[in-house]
Amino acid sequence: MAQTNPILTVKNLSVRYGANAEPAVRNLSLSLGRERLGIVGESGSGKSTVGRAILRLLPRAQVTAEQMQFEEIDLSTASERQMLAVRGRRMTMILQDPKFSLNPIQRVGAQVAEAYRTHFRCSKAVARAKSVAMLEAVQIRDPERVYDLYPHEVSGGMGQRIMIAMMLLTDPDLVIADEPTSALDVTVRLNVLNILDGLVRDKGIGLITISHDLNLVRNFCDRVLIMYAGQVVEELAAKDLDRATHPYTRGLLAAQPRIGGTRQPLPVLERQSEWKTAGGAVS
Amino acid sequence: MTLTNTASQPRKKPHAQWLRAGMNILRFLLHSPPSAFGLTVLAALALTALFAPLIASHDPYLQDLGNALAAPSRAHYFGTDELGRDIFSRLVFGARITLTIVFLVTIVVGPVGLFVGSVAGFYGGRVDTILMRVTDIFLSFPSLILSLAFVAALGPSLNNAIIAISLTAWPPIARLARAETLTLRAADYIAAARLQGASPSRIIWHSIVPMCLPSVLIRLTLNMATVILTAAGLGFLGLGAQPPLPEWGAMIATGRRHMIDSWWLVTFPGLAILSVSLAFNLLGDGLRDALDPKQMNKR
Amino acid sequence: MRRAIVGQVAGVLVTLFGLLVLTFVIGRIMPVDPVRAMVGEDATREVYDTVYRQLGLDRPVWTQFFYYLWDVLHFDFGTSIRTGQPVLEDIKRVLPATIELATFAIILGASLGIGLGVAAAVNKDSWIDHLIRVVSLLGHSMPIFWTGMIGLLLFYAGLGWVGGSGRMSQFYIGLVPERTGFLLIDSAISGNWEVFRSALNHVILPASLLGYSSAAYITRMTRSFMLDQLGQEYVTTARVKGLSNHQTIWRHAFANIRVQLVTIVALAYGSLLEGAVLIETVFAWPGFGQYLTSNLLIGDMNAVMTCVLVVGVIFIGLNLISDLLYRVFDPRTR
Repeated sequence: MAQTNPILTVKNLSVRYGANAEPAVRNLSLSLGRERLGIVGESGSGKSTVGRAILRLLPRAQVTAEQMQFEEIDLSTASERQMLAVRGRRMTMILQDPKFSLNPIQRVGAQVAEAYRTHFRCSKAVARAKSVAMLEAVQIRDPERVYDLYPHEVSGGMGQRIMIAMMLLTDPDLVIADEPTSALDVTVRLNVLNILDGLVRDKGIGLITISHDLNLVRNFCDRVLIMYAGQVVEELAAKDLDRATHPYTRGLLAAQPRIGGTRQPLPVLERQSEWKTAGGAVS
Repeated sequence: MTLTNTASQPRKKPHAQWLRAGMNILRFLLHSPPSAFGLTVLAALALTALFAPLIASHDPYLQDLGNALAAPSRAHYFGTDELGRDIFSRLVFGARITLTIVFLVTIVVGPVGLFVGSVAGFYGGRVDTILMRVTDIFLSFPSLILSLAFVAALGPSLNNAIIAISLTAWPPIARLARAETLTLRAADYIAAARLQGASPSRIIWHSIVPMCLPSVLIRLTLNMATVILTAAGLGFLGLGAQPPLPEWGAMIATGRRHMIDSWWLVTFPGLAILSVSLAFNLLGDGLRDALDPKQMNKR
Repeated sequence: MRRAIVGQVAGVLVTLFGLLVLTFVIGRIMPVDPVRAMVGEDATREVYDTVYRQLGLDRPVWTQFFYYLWDVLHFDFGTSIRTGQPVLEDIKRVLPATIELATFAIILGASLGIGLGVAAAVNKDSWIDHLIRVVSLLGHSMPIFWTGMIGLLLFYAGLGWVGGSGRMSQFYIGLVPERTGFLLIDSAISGNWEVFRSALNHVILPASLLGYSSAAYITRMTRSFMLDQLGQEYVTTARVKGLSNHQTIWRHAFANIRVQLVTIVALAYGSLLEGAVLIETVFAWPGFGQYLTSNLLIGDMNAVMTCVLVVGVIFIGLNLISDLLYRVFDPRTR
């Protein structure tokens, strides 16, 4: 599925926090075209660290990679100045919980507009108009009114749609969605995901969805990486997930409840230490 | 103590556990240079106070008018004051006064603050409202001003200064103990104790007070720095220890008249106050890092 | 919102009442005989008894308290034995000097403290953070009266950079007509820049030292507030948007601690009064602190209790104002 000229290529990325002996991410490689990639793993598997390492948001961690190329920019050598022009403009990230990821004392509209004004010279009125239009695009009714609300005045689902608006407003090439719906009510999850999915497809944006939810990833991604203990253990097309070969992936699949499945207790995932040393088995 | 030991008789040897915890804390403190420095200064202070007659080179009260205002020399390490008394020896004996103040204030303020705070927090309702209102009234003064007023009322002396400082130092401790108690009150093991029919006083003294102790201890240590400064300030204003007692603040006050020509009169007592107060601040910081898991988890 | 404010004001009134009880009690246990202090040592028995009754000391305690309360509500705080003036007049006269000193000090202290606190938080665990911690702990641990003397020794006697004791040089006293009582403002209004310069020269050292001691506290609080905010997710959001470090820190994280800082600075301003008592003694600053201490030593009860009351009221007032500001400025409490 990967296309001839990928947006993002990462080879042997490793991340280590401080002097901790265990790296959070080990020898991770991936390549992404204008497609939707899912990264799945349990909490603590290092999947969130991957997104932040790509955006170079881990100043205190040791990040090493053989190659980290985003279009024409070499992420491993780019200056902070270059990164400022990339972050928020060509590469953005949707964070998990709008309750915490929106600044509590700024009006939400101003926060959306700030994303635009950081990268485009324009008047306040233009930025506001752009933001309102974008809020409308994420299906917020009465965006003019919502623009002037504070984060504590909007619901979680609306907050996350505002977050999406903020992160897609600058027409980025790559969006990383870090657990975009896990803080939301089950009832609004699908709605928010459909909005994100529609926009990403329309604009031809490369999307990396980081999640612990295998079913979600299977429905909204083209390709899936399975991470365990900081490493990729398996890479598959989403439609081939049932044909996974790695025992960890099979374990994850077996641990998913299924409507119409047996009423036996779900099997407990058994972890084996050799998975940790299997190395980046993905080529 | 081995693991099986602790498991089979958890209540039998609390002393050994306390000792081990103490050793761990001590080791932690000595690992960070600032708190190790604080600990060293305070240990030195205690030893100085204990062995003052051995350390002092002269009698701190012995006047020698022929040798007044002598500059620091081999005979008088820190020089002599306007009455020819040896400043070094006076500082050494002054350590006893400082230590007395710290000790007495601690044994008054700690229990009073703990009692008021845990009772207010445990019972809640009207008891809480009244006790906290009283605490607020005391807190609505800067501590030095309130101590000044009390000393003025009681008459200037070292003992009255200690009483005045104690009267002003308990409210922050009570506030802290109350806040801790409020978080503990809802805990399951308190509910369990209540279901077993434990009396309120038993719950407070056996379950709540021990849990409040670490943070109260940290707060007391940090507040000791303020206590030292307040006591010195009272001494400086002539409201604390009276002459000829070698209290550091009072020494600065008397040295002030000759300050321009004889810098050593005020410099050394001031440095003594500074280092003890700094030591308490550093130790308090270190203890907070060692005992307070919330603080440790902070990024 | 309105209900909360009413509740708060009611709480303040109760605290004020408690304050009066406290000053009354302290006044009662004062061993100095107020009658003796007024009539002198060799007054006759009749004179003594008359004054005793005039002061109402023959009445029961609670009646005395009621009279005290009545007087206070009418802003009658009695007469100072030392100056022979109504205490309130005395305090009105000395307070501006202290407020001038304290305001100057808080401006220096807050700008230094907030700057250092933010720098320490941003550079957490680096040598900058450690250095700032040492600087602020030192300020926190210094006996201010001693620092004042060392400052005088160094910068006045030694280097001659600043003026010595008092609010201005002796020659200038009485040159500037008193309008506000704030010497810097008065001299500027009347265009007497020589006096202004002298006043500035004299205020700068005590104000810097006071400011340093309050900067210590402000630095510590700013640092911990900032660390709280810098760990929040919205800071990551701001970075993801492409904001620079500088913009993220000031526009987002710092904006979130502004309200807390107002509270802290207000509290620090209150405790400056405490430092002022000591530093005014060292610098012979004719202000509130000196008035208080000189009355303390001779047992001028009316004056002392009124001073304590004034400090308490200022403290409570500052607390109330900062609480109200909190409600006004934080959108979440609206």
